[in-house]
Amino acid sequence: MDIPFDLLGNALVSGLLLGGFYAAVTVGVSISFGMLDIVNIAHPAFIILGSYIAYIANSTLGLDPILASIIATPAFYLLGMAIYHVYDVSFERRGDNGLRGLAFFFGILFITEVALVLTFGVDYRLVEAPYIGISIHLGPIDLPLRLLVPFLISIVLMGGLHMYMGRTFLGRAIQAVAQDPMALRLMAANPSRIKRIAFGLSIATASIGGAILIIIQPVEPSIGRDYIGRIFAICVMGGLGSFAGSFIAAMALGIMESFTSTFFGPSWSPAVSFGFLLLTLAFRPSGLFGRA
Amino acid sequence: MRNPVFFLCLCVVAVATYGVAKFIDNAYVFFAGYVVLQYIVLSTGWNILGGYTGYVNFGTAAFFAAGAYSTVVWHKTVPDMPLPVMMLIGGAIAALLGLGTGYLTLRLRGTFFGIATLAMSVVMQTLITNWSFVGGSRGAYVVRPDATDWFGIDYIEYLFLLMLGLSVIAVGIARAIEQSRLGYGFATIRDDELAAEASGVPTLRLKLLATALSGGFMGMAGAPLPYYVTYLDPASGFSLSYAVNTIAMPLIGGTSSWLGPVIGAVLLGTLQQLATVTISSALSLLIVGVLLVVFVVAAPKGIIGWFAPRKGKPGAQP
Amino acid sequence: MTDALLTVFGLGKRFGGFVALADIELEVKKGERLGLIGPNGSGKSTLVNCLCGTLRNDTGSVRFDGRTLDGLKAHERTRLGMARSFQLPRPFGTMTLAENLRIPLLYVVQLRKAVPNVDRRCVELLDLVGLADKADHLPADLTQIEMRKLELARAMAAEPSLLIADEAMAGLSNREVDEILALLMRMNEQQGVTIVMIEHIMRAVMHFSQRLVVLVAGRKIADGDPAEIVRQDDVVAAYLGS
Repeated sequence: MDIPFDLLGNALVSGLLLGGFYAAVTVGVSISFGMLDIVNIAHPAFIILGSYIAYIANSTLGLDPILASIIATPAFYLLGMAIYHVYDVSFERRGDNGLRGLAFFFGILFITEVALVLTFGVDYRLVEAPYIGISIHLGPIDLPLRLLVPFLISIVLMGGLHMYMGRTFLGRAIQAVAQDPMALRLMAANPSRIKRIAFGLSIATASIGGAILIIIQPVEPSIGRDYIGRIFAICVMGGLGSFAGSFIAAMALGIMESFTSTFFGPSWSPAVSFGFLLLTLAFRPSGLFGRA
Repeated sequence: MRNPVFFLCLCVVAVATYGVAKFIDNAYVFFAGYVVLQYIVLSTGWNILGGYTGYVNFGTAAFFAAGAYSTVVWHKTVPDMPLPVMMLIGGAIAALLGLGTGYLTLRLRGTFFGIATLAMSVVMQTLITNWSFVGGSRGAYVVRPDATDWFGIDYIEYLFLLMLGLSVIAVGIARAIEQSRLGYGFATIRDDELAAEASGVPTLRLKLLATALSGGFMGMAGAPLPYYVTYLDPASGFSLSYAVNTIAMPLIGGTSSWLGPVIGAVLLGTLQQLATVTISSALSLLIVGVLLVVFVVAAPKGIIGWFAPRKGKPGAQP
Repeated sequence: MTDALLTVFGLGKRFGGFVALADIELEVKKGERLGLIGPNGSGKSTLVNCLCGTLRNDTGSVRFDGRTLDGLKAHERTRLGMARSFQLPRPFGTMTLAENLRIPLLYVVQLRKAVPNVDRRCVELLDLVGLADKADHLPADLTQIEMRKLELARAMAAEPSLLIADEAMAGLSNREVDEILALLMRMNEQQGVTIVMIEHIMRAVMHFSQRLVVLVAGRKIADGDPAEIVRQDDVVAAYLGS
C-alpha cells in the first residue's frame, strides 16, 4: 500500500496535538489516582462540567473559554475540597474505600451527567474564539490553532504543576502523603488536610481541561464517558502519579488514535484506548515507564 | 432453611406474582413487571461478584448488551431458535466475556478491575456500532410474534414468565452460594485476599468463577431484550442507566445477602416505572443517582442493615 | 536427609536493583523449633513470603515434605501443610471468630479427610487459644493479644506440619509474650508441629528455639546453637555495631 506522506505527517502531527490535550485532561487523575490513591472515576464528569461553564461564559458574556475556565478554577477547587471531605469522613476513615468509595464516585459521575442533561439537553454545544477555525500551514502539514492552543495550554499546565509538586513544601507533602502518611504526621502535617488540598487541585484542573475540550470538539453531557478509558489508560501507562510519564503516554495514545482514525475511520478510535488499557493492565501494571 | 425448601418457597412466590399480575389483567403490568424482574436478575448477578467478593463491575451494560446482541444475531440467522436457548447462549457469551476480562485484570488490585469494566462498555459499544450485520449505529429491528405457540399466550406475558423463571433461578443460586463453601471463599476475598490464600482459598479461581457467573446472569437478562423493545440500537442497549441501576440496587438494598439486591430491584425498579410515567425518565434516573450516593455515605449496610441483627457486640473501629 | 521437613537451596530475591535475599540455604527438621532473627530490613519477611508463595523467588528452590514447591501458589502450599501467621494480624473482618476458623477447615482440612462437625471443631480450636467464649464476636471486638491468638488459631486450623510464626508477639506485654510462647510450645510438643519463629524479642527467641538462624542484609550469617550464636562477633556487630 502506498501511503501518501502528507497524510502520514498530518496524522502524526494531529496525534501529537491530541496527545497534549489528553495529557491535560489526565493530569487531575494523575494527582487523585496516582498520588492520593483515590479512584475518582467521576473526573471526566467534572471536565464536562468545566466545558459547560466555559460554554455559558462564552455564549452569554462572550468571554474567551480559557479565560473563563481560569476564573472558574477557585470554584472547582472548593468543590473538590468539599467532595474529598465527604469521601474522607465516609470512606477513608472507616477503612471502607473499596467497593463503596468507587460506587460513591460512580454516583457523582451519574448525577453530574443527568443534571447536565436536564439543564442543557443532549444537543452538542460549542464555543467561539478567534483562534478556532484558523490553521497554520507548514508545507504539507496543517497546524489547526483549535488543536495547537490547547496543546500549549496543556504544556503550561503540566509544567506549572510539575514545578509546584517538586519545589513547594505543600507539593512535596502531596507526593509523600500516599506513600507515607505516618512520616507526614511526624512532620506535623495533617494528611487529611494535605489530601483535601491535593484533591481540590485535581478537580481545579478539570475546569481548564473542560475548556480545552470544548475548544477541540463540540460537547454533550455523555461524552465524558468516552474519556474514562483514555484517562485511566494514560494514567496507568505513565506510571501512576508521574507527570512526565503520563505526558509521554498521552502522546503515544494520541498518535495511535490519530492513525487509527486516519486509516480505519474515526468510529474505531475509542476502542484503541481500551485495548491499550487492557494490555497495560495485563502486562505492565506498573506502567510503561515504571519499575517492574 | 435448606436450599430445596427455599427454592420451593421462591417458586411459590413466583407463581403468586404471576397470579396477581394475571388477576389485574392489564398488559401494562406484564410490560412494567418485566423490567423489574430484569433488574432482579441483573442486580443479583452483579452482587455475586460485587457484594460477595467485593469487586466492582461498572460494565453491566457490556454484559447485558452482549446477551441482547447475541439474540439479534440468532434472530437473523436461526429465527426458529426458541428464546430460552438464545438466553442460554447469550449467557454463555457474557460469561466468557467476564472470564476474559477477569483473567486479564483480576490478578491486580480490585480498582483496576473496576476501571477496566468501565472502559469495556465503551469498547463493546464501539464494536457493535461498527458491526453492520447487527444494525451498526442505526440499530436493528426484531419482529416480535403476537403470541406464543403454546396456549396462545401473549408474547409480552411469555417474556414476563421467562424473566420470572430466570429471577427464581438467579436468586436461588445466589442464596445457595451464600451458605456454601464457595460463599465463605468469596467472603474471604472481600475481606483479605492474602489471608485467604494463606488459609487455602484459591482466590484467582474463585474470582474468575464469580466473574463468569455474574456476567452470565447479566447476559441472560439481556438476551430477551430485542424481543421486548423490538428495536435495539447501541445507545439504548449500552445505556449507562443499566450500570447505575445495577450498582444502586444491591447497594441500597444491602450487598451482604441475596435479599438486598431483590429488595433494591423491586423498590427502585417499581419507583422508576412509576416516575417514568408520572415525571420524566431523566429525573427518575437522577433520583437513583442521588439515592446511591446517599446510601453509600449514610447507610453502608443498605436497607437490610436496618433490620439484620448485628454479629457480636457493636465493634469499635480501630 | 530423611528427617528434613523443609529444605531451601540457594534462594534469592531481588526488587529492581535491590538484593533482598541472596543464596539462602536452610534446613528445618521434623519437629524442630527454629528461631529466625535479623535486624529490620534483613529479609526475614521476604524469606517468609518466598517460602509461603506470596512472593516468587528469582533463584533457588524450596523442598517441603518431599516435594518441590517451586511455582506453587500460596493456597497450594497451605494445602500441603505449610501454615503461616501474619506479622500484622489479618483476620476476615466481616466474619465471626468461628467463621474465621471455618475457612481453613473448608479449604484445607476437608480436602484431606471428612470433618464430622465443622461448627464444633471451630469452637474446639478457639478453646485451644482461650477464645471459645467469643466465638460469635467479630475480630474488631478483640484486644491485641486476642487478635494474635486468633491468627495462630487460624493457622493451626489448617492442621499444618510446619507453622511459620511471623513476629507473633510484637507489641505485647511480658506476660502476654509468655502466654503466646506457652501456646507455641504446646503446639510443638503435643501436636508435633514444626515451628519457625521470626522474632525480635530476644528473650522469647532464646527461650523457644532449639536452633537459631541469623539473617543480615539478605544473607545467612549464622546457623546453630542459640547460646553460641549470640556470642559470635559478627552477629553482635550486626545487632549493635551499625
